[in-house]
Amino acid sequence: MSDDIYREIILDHYRNPRNKGKLSNADVSIHDNNPLCGDEIDIHLKVEEDKIKDIKFEGRGCAISQASASMLTEMIMGKSLNTVKDLTKEDILENIGLINLGPARIKCALLSLKVLKLGMIKYYADKDPPSAMKLSDDTKLY
Amino acid sequence: MQKATLNVSRIRQDFPILKRKIKGNKTLVYLDNAATTQKPIPVINAICNYYMNYNSNIHRAVYQLAEEATLEYEKTREKIAKFINAHSTDEIIFTRNATEAINLVSYSWARTNVEKDEKVVLTEIEHHSNIVPWQILTQEKGAKLEYVGIDDKGYLNIEEYKKYIQRDKVKLVSVSHMSNVLGTIMPVKEIIKMAHQKSIPVLIDGAQSVPHMPVDVRDIDCDFLAFSAHKMLGPTGVGVLYVKREILNEMPPFIGGGDMIREVHKYDTRYNDLPYKFEGGTPNIADVIAFGAAIDYLNKIGMDKVREHEMDVTNYAINAIHDLKGIIIYGPSDVNNRGGVVSFNIGDIHPHDLATIMNDHGIAIRSGHHCAQVLMERLDVAATSRASFYIYNTKEEVDAFINALDEARRLFRI
Repeated sequence: MSDDIYREIILDHYRNPRNKGKLSNADVSIHDNNPLCGDEIDIHLKVEEDKIKDIKFEGRGCAISQASASMLTEMIMGKSLNTVKDLTKEDILENIGLINLGPARIKCALLSLKVLKLGMIKYYADKDPPSAMKLSDDTKLY
Repeated sequence: MQKATLNVSRIRQDFPILKRKIKGNKTLVYLDNAATTQKPIPVINAICNYYMNYNSNIHRAVYQLAEEATLEYEKTREKIAKFINAHSTDEIIFTRNATEAINLVSYSWARTNVEKDEKVVLTEIEHHSNIVPWQILTQEKGAKLEYVGIDDKGYLNIEEYKKYIQRDKVKLVSVSHMSNVLGTIMPVKEIIKMAHQKSIPVLIDGAQSVPHMPVDVRDIDCDFLAFSAHKMLGPTGVGVLYVKREILNEMPPFIGGGDMIREVHKYDTRYNDLPYKFEGGTPNIADVIAFGAAIDYLNKIGMDKVREHEMDVTNYAINAIHDLKGIIIYGPSDVNNRGGVVSFNIGDIHPHDLATIMNDHGIAIRSGHHCAQVLMERLDVAATSRASFYIYNTKEEVDAFINALDEARRLFRI
């Protein structure tokens, strides 16, 4: 029910998003949207030694999509890309505490992960990923 | 404001879905009628009756079932011709939906009439279905697409419109009769008159107007009119294109195949008479027949009464939300100039979040760009919430909607 979805923490991230803005020296920037509802997310990544040195996002859309993006940036800041590439839909839903989102709204929650995955593909498009890393070009999450 | 005279509680008994519970125990409040309407029992029965009693293909076979099916299918065509006051059933073409009807005009009429550097004039309020076909056409032809602007309420500046129309090389004017986002009713009669002075044909997208108010093609004098059955109590999968006979006579076929031919040889074909020339392949027989039942239902009520009732409910809804903190209502404030479509935003609650909260109360409203992204850019909003009404909606349902809106404001602390 709505009370469970629109908890204080979601509204807080929606209204006071963390790591929001541009990144002037980004190594990769990616944009995508949900064609059906129009939520938009841009992610900018600064990568150093295959780790996320800095991440910022821009976007507009519903509380779920924007809070999820904000919470994702906090979760992966400083993490290695090798860990980040394995993030699943379940990880994201757990991270935002919304396990039972219906099919209509799950796309909102997962948009930022999709953009992040697209960003990693773009980042490694012209360089060799670390040998242990297998990058899937499948960004379909739902 | 005239008092609504519809017997809504009686009407509601004809719509079984309105008894449905959502989220356990909430009675459905269906306020997404601009997207599609619910279906009354006579329409549902007409579909069942066809499949149970006289299912057969039309226009060819001589046995009794096929005769009955053909008769019923063609009866709907007669009902539609009468409903919009066309001169003849020859001017009524069945399509899959209003979108396909507009595409038929684009692929058949416009492809043979619009040349390089010529123009198709639209407005900023158009639904994607009245934009994308013209982009495809003008890109293919090297022709141009122009948009007449609107003001913040969705009104056209008729003088500006005139300027667009009076420029050289305008080949077609296509305009929505009623905005699916703002509800604004367009002055189509005036537009058509202006265009005809320059011998420019006009297509009216009637997807939102034909279901909700009387539309008379001879009175407005449009050349093309497109609308969909499912937005006026009928089934999905049926649309209508009305075309003036003298224009239709000159149009090449759209879909080639069975039923649209008179005789076929190895290398050439003689096409069928109007309107069958434009209905290739086995059509959606059951749903066309059921659409006839929907027209009967609306005629029994009377389109004037439909319009009156919607004005009454819309007025009630606008007045109820008008003074809420942080509300923005899009479109005209005077219900005389708008249909039963209320688009709004409130505070920083995103429409999708609002729709989720509404759903918890059993209320179905629409959120998003409503397939009108050109308009959304013009209004500079990413999305709106939209409540849209029809004959079975009540003021009590509007009250339920307001209560859910209050709940959303509480959750978002607005």
